[in-house]
Amino acid sequence: MNVKFINPFLDGTVSVLKTMAFVEPRAAKPYLKMDSLAKGDISGIIGLTGSATGSLALSFSEAAILKIVSNMLGEPIKSLNSDIKDAVGEITNMISGVARKNLEAEGFYIQAAIPTVVSGKDHSIAHVLGGPSLIIPFEIDEGTFVVDVCLTE
Amino acid sequence: MSEKNIKVLIVDDFATMRKVVRNLLKQVGYEDIVEAEDGVMALKALKSQKIDFIISDWNMPNMTGLELLKAVRADAELANTPFLMVTAEALQDNVVAAVKAGVNNYIVKPFTAEVLNEKIKKIMEGINK
Repeated sequence: MNVKFINPFLDGTVSVLKTMAFVEPRAAKPYLKMDSLAKGDISGIIGLTGSATGSLALSFSEAAILKIVSNMLGEPIKSLNSDIKDAVGEITNMISGVARKNLEAEGFYIQAAIPTVVSGKDHSIAHVLGGPSLIIPFEIDEGTFVVDVCLTE
Repeated sequence: MSEKNIKVLIVDDFATMRKVVRNLLKQVGYEDIVEAEDGVMALKALKSQKIDFIISDWNMPNMTGLELLKAVRADAELANTPFLMVTAEALQDNVVAAVKAGVNNYIVKPFTAEVLNEKIKKIMEGINK
């Protein structure tokens, strides 16, 4: 995977969560993931096509997403309910939007599909290209989440 | 026209996103807010009550934000309703398509309450000149 793809997704994630959920995600070192197991309790995944093809997934721990969505809605959410599922889809959509805009500056024109959301312990992420995927780990005070990208030119 | 007197219609298929936008609008003083879950429901709402301002998502099933915009502009009674398109797509082609269809302005997600308010005020000032 082209290293040019890392920063647009990293910056997109920080920008979306900072603006909409008022949290400051801290990124750790990216690494390659060889299996399809999700790193979190709930994931949003979105297909990408155009001058680069593949998919982007966001996978959140329960504690992290409860904090993020509570902040977005301005009310405490205590369980992985339908608001959380909706929000994960929307966050995935927004991050993909910002990342694609950033990639446009690098000469990549990419369209996105409609995001889908999967939840449950040990669920899997079905990337369009199969894998391996690049994981960018993040943490906020309440928990962890990852950006899981599998994209090729 | 102050924020309190402006009736805003939020159109988004995601209930959570409607809540987020409603929450942002309330933070900057808007109180009269109605919601629709897609373009079809939005047209029904527009036909049944006086709406001063439309904030619509771009990507929606049944009728997209762009299709809703075109339908509003083609309806003699609704044609002048201010329309702000909310999108995760700041891609050039989309912006051009929305401008051609008569959008007043667009806002790219993510956005703050202040930026949203600024966009609404600018559109309303332009219309009331």
